[in-house]
Amino acid sequence: MKSVLTINRHLGQRIGFTAITLMAIATVVPIVAVVIYILIQGLPAISLEFLTGFPHDGMRAGGILPAIIGTIYLTVGTAVFSVPLGIAAAIYLSEYASDTPLTRTIRIAIINLAGIPSVVYGLFGLGLFVLFLNFGTSILAASLTLSIMTLPVIISTAEESLRSVPQAFRTVSISLGATRWQTIRRIILKEALPGILTGVILGLERAAGETAPILFTGAAFFLPRLPHSPFDATMALPYHLFVISTQVPEMPIQIQYGTALVLLVFVLTMNLVATVIRSRARARRQW
Amino acid sequence: MEKSLNWHEFVITRLIKASGYSAILFVALIFFFLVREGVPTFADTDLAALFSVRWYPIESHFGILPLITGSLIVTFGATIVAVPFGIGTAVYISEIAPRWMREILKPLVELLGGLPSVVLGFLGILVLSPNLRVLLDLPTGLTALAGSLLLGGIAVPTVVSVAEDALDAVPRAYREGAWALGATRWQTIWRVTFPAARSGVLTGIMLGVGRAIGETMTVMMVTGNAPVLALKLGSIFSPVRTMTATIAAEMGEVASGSTHYHVLFFIGMVLFLISLGVNVAASSVVFRAKKRAERILS
Repeated sequence: MKSVLTINRHLGQRIGFTAITLMAIATVVPIVAVVIYILIQGLPAISLEFLTGFPHDGMRAGGILPAIIGTIYLTVGTAVFSVPLGIAAAIYLSEYASDTPLTRTIRIAIINLAGIPSVVYGLFGLGLFVLFLNFGTSILAASLTLSIMTLPVIISTAEESLRSVPQAFRTVSISLGATRWQTIRRIILKEALPGILTGVILGLERAAGETAPILFTGAAFFLPRLPHSPFDATMALPYHLFVISTQVPEMPIQIQYGTALVLLVFVLTMNLVATVIRSRARARRQW
Repeated sequence: MEKSLNWHEFVITRLIKASGYSAILFVALIFFFLVREGVPTFADTDLAALFSVRWYPIESHFGILPLITGSLIVTFGATIVAVPFGIGTAVYISEIAPRWMREILKPLVELLGGLPSVVLGFLGILVLSPNLRVLLDLPTGLTALAGSLLLGGIAVPTVVSVAEDALDAVPRAYREGAWALGATRWQTIWRVTFPAARSGVLTGIMLGVGRAIGETMTVMMVTGNAPVLALKLGSIFSPVRTMTATIAAEMGEVASGSTHYHVLFFIGMVLFLISLGVNVAASSVVFRAKKRAERILS
């Protein structure tokens, strides 16, 4: 009787482990499959002309240069606003704030910012930046909208990274006569840099791939030239992929896959860089 | 010298504090602008018309019920996909996988979180929905089901990362205690570790669901965009239209200040309040769990 029970227990474990393993495989395999599939389908479209040329024939031929440049502009624009603000906010939460109701409100606000749907950010950007502040549909309005959306990612990863610096570093620096800000700038920030960088890149990666927030704040359907100033609208890779896969009839499928591949490579490169920075910092850390 | 240093320090400290408070400012600003542009809806339409079943803006029918049911059915489907696979993957990564496997799986799941939703929508149009149409013999593959499957995938990374953190945080002594009492690893996982991490797992599910409700591009591209009331379970096999997709698809074409414009902002307000509710609920679960842990430890 007892032995039957034991066998059942172990049989149960084997069945359970197998089921869970299969589930994990079923989750991960499609991710890899998506990347490989787009790679295979998109590669034939990639050529110098595709990467450096302008679209023509109603976007059914030519290249996607304005979309690539536009996405770079938007990513840099987002970084300009969200990186300093996000890191400063993280420093506040990690180094200055004590556990008061106000701090808790800030934390709830950050959690909420992270949860607001991307299209609602688009509405907000339209209401505040495009119409109220009169920036028009522009790189500036779109970058500001994307920055606010990116902020919670940067703040929470940067804060976590700052907090992981041991308390002793602070104590020693202060006891040697450094001020609080000197301690933060020369010691804490230096130690936390890889973690902060990882957060920044992951945040910007999200911004680079987003479509909904720029739909009505800065994205252009088609532009015959590159944008000249932050007040110009711009084409962007994710929006361009949306346009050519839903709005343009008789679109050659190769160009669609090619565009998807360029966007994917853009985003995955950022993801890879972030992962590498993080794992190298973890390996090197001595405390 | 001494003086300028103090002044410098003073300014920097102020700037850092202001940045810290900025998150509150942004949430308030977002809500303010949604209300400012959304509330005038009530001047143009009455509540009964707003909560009617016909969304046909060209003839001034602004009933948002079909959009709400569309969002609900797609999110419901996504939850059914994301919860088992999310939890299964989290348990596998945290409890079963060998270390090297974990180092491969975690970045891969994170990568799924980083895939642009427009890329998933694109594959949804070209690969998933044609196959669904043939497989299930439907008139069109662009259905709530296609949206649910992709949204489930989008919600999975959120569920996995939060649930895995929660499982990881369960003290090792709990597991060792269970093993010492003769429980198998499997029994330990489901009767000790998992229950101990319950609140964190629940938070992960809630945040994943929140993510699914708010997703825009993927659902706009694959759900067929038909604003019909989806009340039966069978509606999952027909085209629907979500609140997010409606805003994204129509905002570009409306005149600012028109009724249609205000109604779209009103929908945005509803979405904002839903995400606020989900996130406050999710974080209060965490707070409660923390308090309970403190009580046990003290």
